[in-house]
Amino acid sequence: MATSAHTRTPRRRRVASGTGGKSAALFLVPFFAVFAVAMVAPVIYSIGLSLFAQQKSGLGFGEARNAFVGLDNYLQVLASESFVSGLARLALYCLIYIPGMVGGAVVLALLLDATAARMRKLFQLLLFLPHAVPGVIAALIWAYLYTPGISPLVQALAGGGIQINFLDAHMVLPSIVNIGIWEWTGYNVIILFTALQAVPREVLEAARVDGAGEIRMALNIKFPLVLPALSVIMLFTIIGTLQLFTEPSIIGKATASITSTWVPNMWAYDAAFVRHNLNQAAAASIIIAALAAVLSLVVTRFSSRMNKA
Amino acid sequence: MSTQTLTRPRSHADEGTTAKRAPRGNRTARQGSLAGKFTVNGLLIIGSAYMVVPVVWLLFASTKNTADLYGTSAYSLGHFALFENIAAVAGQDGGVFFRWMGNSVLYAGVGAVLGGLISVMAGYAFDKFEFRGKDSLFGFVLVGVLIPNTATVLPMYLLASLVGMTNTIWAILIPVLCNPFGVYLARVYAASYVPNETLEAARMDGAGPIRSFFSLGLPMMLPGYVTIALFQFIGVWNNFMLPLVMLQNQQLLPVSVGISIWQGYAVPQPDFAPMVITGSLLSILPLLAAFIMLQRFWKSGLTAGSVK
Repeated sequence: MATSAHTRTPRRRRVASGTGGKSAALFLVPFFAVFAVAMVAPVIYSIGLSLFAQQKSGLGFGEARNAFVGLDNYLQVLASESFVSGLARLALYCLIYIPGMVGGAVVLALLLDATAARMRKLFQLLLFLPHAVPGVIAALIWAYLYTPGISPLVQALAGGGIQINFLDAHMVLPSIVNIGIWEWTGYNVIILFTALQAVPREVLEAARVDGAGEIRMALNIKFPLVLPALSVIMLFTIIGTLQLFTEPSIIGKATASITSTWVPNMWAYDAAFVRHNLNQAAAASIIIAALAAVLSLVVTRFSSRMNKA
Repeated sequence: MSTQTLTRPRSHADEGTTAKRAPRGNRTARQGSLAGKFTVNGLLIIGSAYMVVPVVWLLFASTKNTADLYGTSAYSLGHFALFENIAAVAGQDGGVFFRWMGNSVLYAGVGAVLGGLISVMAGYAFDKFEFRGKDSLFGFVLVGVLIPNTATVLPMYLLASLVGMTNTIWAILIPVLCNPFGVYLARVYAASYVPNETLEAARMDGAGPIRSFFSLGLPMMLPGYVTIALFQFIGVWNNFMLPLVMLQNQQLLPVSVGISIWQGYAVPQPDFAPMVITGSLLSILPLLAAFIMLQRFWKSGLTAGSVK
């Protein structure tokens, strides 16, 4: 805190020798070099690629040639039934996952922050544990926990008279949501808990003196004060859900309920490596990136308006 | 907010009874919440159990052979076969598992140490130097933060195949050096850890920008560097789609992709299941160790990331 005051005091930050563009370039060149190779070039290249198509002349004999087709690939991707249903599935996934994960994280963080909570350090570590498990491994563990014959979960439920197949067509989406919730809830609990700890104790003390109970304080005082942290979490959660690929790919090895084009990223992978249509794969990638940009913009706008209000 | 904190306690102080009243109010609240204490801690235990039970299952399952895995109940011990399982993991395909672990360490290590340094340098420059176009350049970095990794993986593969770089370690090592979010974090750290006065003094003493960075800036930002590197390490270790797309040569795979291939075999051949399970356990041990040792850093890293 004290240091941030330091940085602000010299208002008239004159450009002294050694703080200008030439020295900055030395420090920025490595990053922008890899940035250009790993982000800018792929995006530009795939925009280019997405505007072309391999076309065979005449009756389909002869050499395929590269023809400029404008936005045709985009139209075809968006008209593809499997892509659109993958997109719809992703939307449904978000609709279950985001409230479930964020709601769970908020509740657990508020519980951790409640005066009655004990052993906070231990709980934090335990809640964060799944985040130390890579997505692939998390999906593998849950794949076994869903598999009849191995799963203690299925056995326990069957013992109670409930027959559930976690991998059938209806259950597989919630099953994958569960993996996401398992991986990310604890991570966000820590962020929210830290934000809660920063809530001035005087405010809470005053509310307590005024007769507010724990639950009222949690809902009316603590929760509104962590809204900024919550909006950042929402932003990264949405970008994260658009990446959905690992978990369904792994679970898909164990069930036929997950097709090779189950979500947009899998559709793009399938287009590139199974259907060998690189142009459409490029178009699909650009659509996913554009979707991320639009959604991030919406969330940022929305949350900055909320924080002002 | 600040006005509230100032005025509220003062109005009570005027009555002159706060000192007596506050603790009493506290005590009744605490007594009333004896049931609340059970509810709060009970719910926390349930939440933690949900997080821990699958990992505990992995521990139990990796001690079982195929027959016990399918035959015994999940949380009971069968014939203790952990060491046999480890031996099977080690022996499969001429010890390729350890090669995979080594690859993961290489990719994640380079991504963490070198990629982290590149991010720290850029973040430091954004905070400490003045130059034209700084804001728009930084805006560019922020756009990079928002683009999902998976959206650039396929185009990157297409580019890499254009220059014949697929199926080499460079196809993994170069992309993992780029971490726009690390740059954003590093800028935050540079602003709060490195006082401008110190750099000013160094400049007076005749130190050039590079010397000031390595002898002053970087040491001061060390906690930030470690945090960024830790998150970068985990990010690369967890990455699945990039190596899946880029690499066909089994010898170059990171452990996550390798194990997922074994899982593909395990569906028709149940004998592979104990190997998948034990391999999974072995592959998360380094990460668990890193997390527990570097707790202080990941906590501060999480917070820095959420502060706008």
